[in-house]
Amino acid sequence: MDWITIISTTLKAAINVETVLYALAAIGINIHFGYTGLLNFGQAAFMGVAGYGLAVTVTVLGLPFWVGIFVGLAAAVLLALLMGIPTLQLRADYLAIVTIAAAEIIRLIFRSVAFKDVFGGSDGRRGFSEGFHALSPFPEGEYGFNLGPIPIFFPHWQLWVMVVGWALIALCCGIVYLLMKSPWGRVLKAIREDEDAVRSLGKSVFSYKMQSLVLGGVIGCLGGFIYGLAAGSVQPDVFGTETTFYLYTMVILGGAARVLGPVVGAMVFWVLLVLIYNTLAEAVGSGYITFLTVYQVGAVRWILVGLGLILLLIFRPQGIFGDKREIAIDAR
Amino acid sequence: MHAETTSTERKAAALAAFKDLPREPGVPKPDPILVVDKVVRRFGGLTAVDVDHVEIQRGSITALIGPNGAGKTTFFNQLTGFDTADSGSWTFNGRPMNGVPAHKVARAGMVRTFQLTKALSRLTVMENMRLGAQQQKGENFFRALLPGSWRKQEAEITARAEDLLTRFKLIAKEDDFAGSLSGGQRKLLEMARALMVNPELVMLDEPMAGVNPALTQSLLGHVKDLREQGMTVLFVEHDMDMVRDISDWVIVMAQGNVIAEGPPSTIMSDERVIDAYLGAHHDAPLSESDLETQLHEAEAALEAEIEEETQK
Amino acid sequence: MRRAVIAFTAFLGGLVFLLAGPANAGPVDCEQGLRGTLRLQGQPVNGVKIAVTTEGGQPVQEVTTNAQGAWDVEVEQPGKYKVTLDVGTLPQNAEIRGGNNTRTPTVYEGNCSAVLFALQPKGAPGQPQQQDTGGESSFWTRAAQLTFEGFNLGLIIALAALGLSLIYGTTGLTNFAHGELVTLGAILAYGFNVGLGLHLIPAAILAVLVAGALGYGQDRFFWGQLRRRGTGIIAMMIISIGVALFLRYVMLIFFGGENEAFAQYTAQPGVEVGPITAAPKNFVAMGIELAVLVIVGFALLRTRTGKAARAVADNPALAASSGINVDRVIRIIWTLGGAIAALAGVMLGLSQSLKYTMGQEILLLIFAGVTLGGLGTAFGALVGSLVVGLFIQVSTLWVPPELKSVGALVVLIIVLLVRPQGILGRRERIG
Repeated sequence: MDWITIISTTLKAAINVETVLYALAAIGINIHFGYTGLLNFGQAAFMGVAGYGLAVTVTVLGLPFWVGIFVGLAAAVLLALLMGIPTLQLRADYLAIVTIAAAEIIRLIFRSVAFKDVFGGSDGRRGFSEGFHALSPFPEGEYGFNLGPIPIFFPHWQLWVMVVGWALIALCCGIVYLLMKSPWGRVLKAIREDEDAVRSLGKSVFSYKMQSLVLGGVIGCLGGFIYGLAAGSVQPDVFGTETTFYLYTMVILGGAARVLGPVVGAMVFWVLLVLIYNTLAEAVGSGYITFLTVYQVGAVRWILVGLGLILLLIFRPQGIFGDKREIAIDAR
Repeated sequence: MHAETTSTERKAAALAAFKDLPREPGVPKPDPILVVDKVVRRFGGLTAVDVDHVEIQRGSITALIGPNGAGKTTFFNQLTGFDTADSGSWTFNGRPMNGVPAHKVARAGMVRTFQLTKALSRLTVMENMRLGAQQQKGENFFRALLPGSWRKQEAEITARAEDLLTRFKLIAKEDDFAGSLSGGQRKLLEMARALMVNPELVMLDEPMAGVNPALTQSLLGHVKDLREQGMTVLFVEHDMDMVRDISDWVIVMAQGNVIAEGPPSTIMSDERVIDAYLGAHHDAPLSESDLETQLHEAEAALEAEIEEETQK
Repeated sequence: MRRAVIAFTAFLGGLVFLLAGPANAGPVDCEQGLRGTLRLQGQPVNGVKIAVTTEGGQPVQEVTTNAQGAWDVEVEQPGKYKVTLDVGTLPQNAEIRGGNNTRTPTVYEGNCSAVLFALQPKGAPGQPQQQDTGGESSFWTRAAQLTFEGFNLGLIIALAALGLSLIYGTTGLTNFAHGELVTLGAILAYGFNVGLGLHLIPAAILAVLVAGALGYGQDRFFWGQLRRRGTGIIAMMIISIGVALFLRYVMLIFFGGENEAFAQYTAQPGVEVGPITAAPKNFVAMGIELAVLVIVGFALLRTRTGKAARAVADNPALAASSGINVDRVIRIIWTLGGAIAALAGVMLGLSQSLKYTMGQEILLLIFAGVTLGGLGTAFGALVGSLVVGLFIQVSTLWVPPELKSVGALVVLIIVLLVRPQGILGRRERIG
């Protein structure tokens, strides 16, 4: 068993690019679901249109990186409006189904042969991140430190993505903090509790829901950028419904309607996932476990995600840090 | 002492306005705040509301009563924009309100409460109150990001909310989650929150339903107090004692129609009302006391039903 | 090296690893040359002759596909080759999509190039018809064929949707794990069929019974307990997502990531009925589906339990106070829902290949059916599902088949815009 590697990758998972991109998308979900009570199950689509907006602008249209970012942001806002106008007047469960449907429509279009010239079919698009990496202040090399015997190093390009990503997380958390302390956030939370009551007090529920959807979608779209820049490519199937479900797991894990909840949730999620996967894979590889194959280990960790989600909601719906009295989900 | 005098004045003024009105459904009032014409709402084949004409006198407490399924709540929903009427029109302060969405109805000064209280459970009592205030700068997305731009207004709102909470004896619960309040306290909170909107017309949907008898008197006092402060009150209620106690005028609905109007002292002896409550087929003429008992039985049954509804 | 491998799979690989689903492993080892796999509707096609020649026409090798439908040819020189599929050796009901039976792939040094021959059932939609039927295959013939296929799909969706809708109606649960119940039925039947060697018919019956029992158990030991705790419906919805993930990957462990097929009725030659060509199994399947739907519908309308179920769906509190045992009704609904979802899985397995994600892939269409009909109305679910099934298949007259689900989902969104309560639903009262 190579414990050094296991511990090293596990520790790195706490701050690595996956954690960053999922944390950003989860902050968006937290605004939708945690604060406003909107069951947006199409967050993966926001990440997708952002990633593809960037990729297509740079690779197909040949425009600079910054234009791509702008196109991605605009696409996320547009998607929020398109999704919101028909769905925000619907009941919560309809909203869930319609947002999933919208996300699937977008994924199917991205991977379709009919639009292969634009979106690249199931292979997706690559080769659009040079503009971003050109801005990097880090010369080529490995960066990090040794924690006792455990090496924690990242290559320069990854470090640059991480630095930008964590800066975005800090910015988003700051914005969420300010907003949720304000009367604006109060209206959102009130809508979560009972939108008819809010209507009877003279607030335009539709308008606030839409603002929430756009804000959360734009933050989710930042996650999509980070994914595209870290992987150097965008592929349609990464933006499937399961991605959104993992985001919900993270939000609930960290505590819904908490400013730092989704960030902590994403960190814990990835640390546990990487730890479990590596330990099991190593144990199978070195023959300690014989009833599983390395291939099945991948499935085991998602089984644990499912189980974790169930147990969390039953026994600790407020998440790790939540306050039982103000849990955003009515679980009891 | 001053409050006492105004109290009598306001009540007297309201009663004077109703004094010589005929007891007919749809009778015109001297100074109506709300005028409703030919409002119809159908669900499938069922006509839930079919109100030909009704007026609500400004500065009065008007009760809307009727047997279960008479369409009172549905009528409320039409007027406040929570449901769309199939046809008809109504004006509030002379301003046409049909088709106006619920939040704009509230902004216009016509605020309602709900039969099943809608306290925002996981907000504190104070946050519930603040939410009612209108034209808040901090409710704009961009200003919300600059706390300096809304802090001063927030302090004013808080002060006003504290006044109201003191009046409604909820000030001790200021920082508690609304979900921890009792049923009666929630009713009080909902009423206080509605007042934060600064309404002209307060529409209460069964303010007494599910309220502990100990709180009833206090709630009644608050409703009367609304009139003393110059507001108009329209409320739906099943409790006849309460109707008799506080209302200046009673409108009776049955099967979607307004069937009778009149002062609370005499309305229950109106033939049409008795028919509506007991069904038109009671054979032998009943004595006054028999009627009273039957009415009380019917009321008790209704109340039990409401109790069950609210406890769900 | 090992470190690098671990790090890679754990991080970037981890993202794609299961999100994208496991890719089909290459069928045969092949150093430098050409290879491919022939599948018809997800099921391997064996015994098909494939001839490889050089660009100039020099024969290299002739092979036949094996039981997995795979073939490979090693070549010595990199370069362009010509691959010809002998159409005469294809099963009767199969044809090459697009009709062209030659490919001219290029082999690169040390690489194995995949050669793709996409097969489709004869008279299948999407592409212009070739050869014998070519001239006559008018728009209307295709429309008739697609309508038939749409009904088939619609009936399968309806089976699954009926259970989902009844469960929603009686418990308020939007069950995201319902797709996994469909998969479960198919995989159980596969286990009894291929694993235990039973004929498919008894295997399917057994699978439906076991799934019904599991449905009962699910409510008895899980959902029923949660209801007793007073778990909110949103929380239950998210719990059902956890259940879906859990079941899906448990099935992956037992079933594997490959496409499989039942032992019987896999490659049936088609028969022609009027303008429609289909395998006899499709007619039988549709008959069974229709019969089950009619029986369940009849039971809902006429039996005591059925009426009780509709009463509970209408107003649980009122039903309880009028002496209906709500818990018992819900348990029956869960048992029935699990069983008919399993039946839907078996039927789906007959018309496509078996996969651990087959239920997940159809879940959205089930939701679309249920939502179109109006959440919680059993007969609405039937109507909605048929509309979805028909729409999906018939729309391929105009849209590429890969985008056919898109059309159905767009229609779902549009219908909700115009009529939020669904086709047969009712509006709710406020206040």
